[in-house]
Amino acid sequence: MKLFTFKKGIHPAEEKQYTCDKTIETLPRPKEVFIPLSQHIGKPALPLVAKKDVVKKGQLIGQADGWISANVHASISGTVKAVGMFLHPMGSRVPMVHIIANEEAEEELLLNHPQDWKTASLDELKKIILDAGIVGLGGAAFPTHVKMSPPEDKTLDTFVLNGCECEPYLTCDHRMMVDEADRVLDGMAIIMKILQLKRGVIGIENNKPDAITTLKEKIAARGESWEVMALKSKYPQGAEKMLVSAALKRNVPEGGLPSDVGVVVNNVGTAMAIADAVIRGIPLTTRVVTVTGPGIVEPKNVLARIGDSFANAVEFCGGITDDTSQVFMGGPMMGMSQFDLNVPIVKATSGIVAVKEVAEKKNQIFPCIKCNACVGACPVNLLPNRLYRLTEKNMPQEAQDRGLMSCIECGSCVFVCPSSIPILQWIRIGKFKHTNSPKSA
Amino acid sequence: MDENKENLPQEPAPKTVATEAVAKEAAPEEPKPVPPKKKKKDPRDKLYKPNQPLVLTASPHDYNVTTTPQIMWSVLASLVPALGAGIFYFGLYAGLVVLTCILFAILTEYLINLLRKVPTTITDGSALLTGLLLGLTLPPTFSLVSAALGSIFAIAVGKQIFGGLGYNIFNPALIGRAFLQASFPVPITTWVFPNTAKYVNVDATTAATPLGLFKFEGITTPWMDLITGNIGGSIGETSAVAILLGGLYLVFKKYADWRVVVGFLGSTLITGAFLWLLVPDMAPNPFFHIVAGGALFGAFFMATDMVTSPVNPIGAWIFGLGCGFLLVIIRVFGGLPEGVMYSILLMNGVTPLINRYTRPKYLGEIRS
Repeated sequence: MKLFTFKKGIHPAEEKQYTCDKTIETLPRPKEVFIPLSQHIGKPALPLVAKKDVVKKGQLIGQADGWISANVHASISGTVKAVGMFLHPMGSRVPMVHIIANEEAEEELLLNHPQDWKTASLDELKKIILDAGIVGLGGAAFPTHVKMSPPEDKTLDTFVLNGCECEPYLTCDHRMMVDEADRVLDGMAIIMKILQLKRGVIGIENNKPDAITTLKEKIAARGESWEVMALKSKYPQGAEKMLVSAALKRNVPEGGLPSDVGVVVNNVGTAMAIADAVIRGIPLTTRVVTVTGPGIVEPKNVLARIGDSFANAVEFCGGITDDTSQVFMGGPMMGMSQFDLNVPIVKATSGIVAVKEVAEKKNQIFPCIKCNACVGACPVNLLPNRLYRLTEKNMPQEAQDRGLMSCIECGSCVFVCPSSIPILQWIRIGKFKHTNSPKSA
Repeated sequence: MDENKENLPQEPAPKTVATEAVAKEAAPEEPKPVPPKKKKKDPRDKLYKPNQPLVLTASPHDYNVTTTPQIMWSVLASLVPALGAGIFYFGLYAGLVVLTCILFAILTEYLINLLRKVPTTITDGSALLTGLLLGLTLPPTFSLVSAALGSIFAIAVGKQIFGGLGYNIFNPALIGRAFLQASFPVPITTWVFPNTAKYVNVDATTAATPLGLFKFEGITTPWMDLITGNIGGSIGETSAVAILLGGLYLVFKKYADWRVVVGFLGSTLITGAFLWLLVPDMAPNPFFHIVAGGALFGAFFMATDMVTSPVNPIGAWIFGLGCGFLLVIIRVFGGLPEGVMYSILLMNGVTPLINRYTRPKYLGEIRS
């Protein structure tokens, strides 16, 4: 079988063996949740509740502020204890709604959803996605309703469902595709109906053979013509642009979106959330999180409420070992390093990974010996060695001419660098300087 | 500026400066007592706390295991067969020449580190590598004093003057050899027959390389001797088998860019063949170009030096092709029988230019 993939990229140790065979378990009901009003790209939602309000699970507590924003719902029934600034896993303090769970049996509020989605109008479907506060669950958390309403002037022809999960350790998408294949495919069908697309492609890396066979069987049983594409396991295949390049051999232009080449990409988890919202009327209040890594006693895939703390999820998995040195939200390549486990699980939390070794401390930094390793690894075909050097020497214009802003921050260059140079960290500084310089404004 | 003036009188005695620096390092500053922070009341100060504080890093948090010293040591290991062959053919004195080069390379590196007041960089293996490479390009009976001089020049002017590892423009070992070629033109072209040579004339103390024999006397050397290295020449360059052994290992490990090697040798063959057909009395068989002299050694170990060769794949091709072309031109039309050193140094010089004009298109780039 011919495997598709994109050019270059790297292949870090997959480390998926911890949780790839474990079915999704539901976390016990927490005593309290902290629901950030900003869990997505764009403006934070506006709070709709105040202290001492009684809320029900599924109740809208944060109203999307503008188009690039997303609704936030209560993930538990209880009383609002505070609306204040609390620590977010991204490292800053942001407004959150603190809800203390009540003891009574939980009553769930459902969205206003049609009886049969197949006969519902497109606007109706789009409105449910907007109402449900669905964002991209792959990690970037881009509001999905924006993706579902592409500009009029773009002609779309293909939908790509992203089941790559190229990050090491993470298996939540994998388990969703195996355990909840029907819901995932329902979501895909809804997306394709909204976008009026004929061609559907599911990109899955070939290290998940069970997901590939399951989805193939289910698609055949539905009588659909969607294509399951086995991709060669490589990082960062799950990045939108890489996936489009791998599966369809189309290159997204600089600064553009996949819709510029007629493609819409959505994550498996997002598709499942869409299916839940449209078919069952459940807003996005839970997500699957992979709690894994050598530092976790009993790694598991768990279904967690948004706002439940990392600590609870970790405790459910037996806690972390004493020699754990780092905990990430997300995988080790693009994840955020955490210093406090009492942060809430947010819509973008695909995994909680605990490791024992601090990779950055392992190696001494040497000068760049121009070994080309980063050039051979960069999936965007940049010259990371030049970009970091130009930023270091404060030459922003030259760096931008060489594509600084096209960097997708996948970290492949740092991964392969034998001199352990923080290339990506430098590139981030360069990007930051660019976006914050008065000239570019 | 003022600081510089103050430092001036101290300069004649670098040792004292060094000891002072060491003393400063040895006495660490007393850690300032951190005032206990007022703890904000956080309702989540509860339940689960890890035993040791978690470390924060910026992503990516996963690193590859290969390090720069590992690359350097691998290249060193790949040179062992060539060194072994050199000692086998030319005797222990050849090994002594190489050892002198290595020792003085390391010593120079260490002293310049002290002068520059930077942490010592000996452990990365690059100075050792430069010394070894230089030693292998010298004639087996080269004077030890001259070898030491060449080694000092290679490290000081070839490498450290630019800022050390990674910043040099030219291959330091070749800079050292070019210096020796200019300073001691006679000793560096004085060759001996290997101990094992069948046709050795017992009275003869000096011999010529196959290239010299061909160029000045029109004598061709038997192929078998060329391949095994049973010929006159530099310590490390004579045995094609030993070089291939180490070189292919480097290419396999991807520490040497195969494009440079293939480009170099391919261009040598093509240019050689072209001239062979055009001026058969001046130019030898193209395959002779490869096995005689330092072409193989240069292609596998000198031209593929990461620091001084182009970064981009297309650039690597241009670099390799240019080296091979220049090599044959120098050998056939130049005044010297051998041209590996100058061809690589010349191409080193244009590497920044090649890098500039061969930048690949990045994904989605719109180039006017």
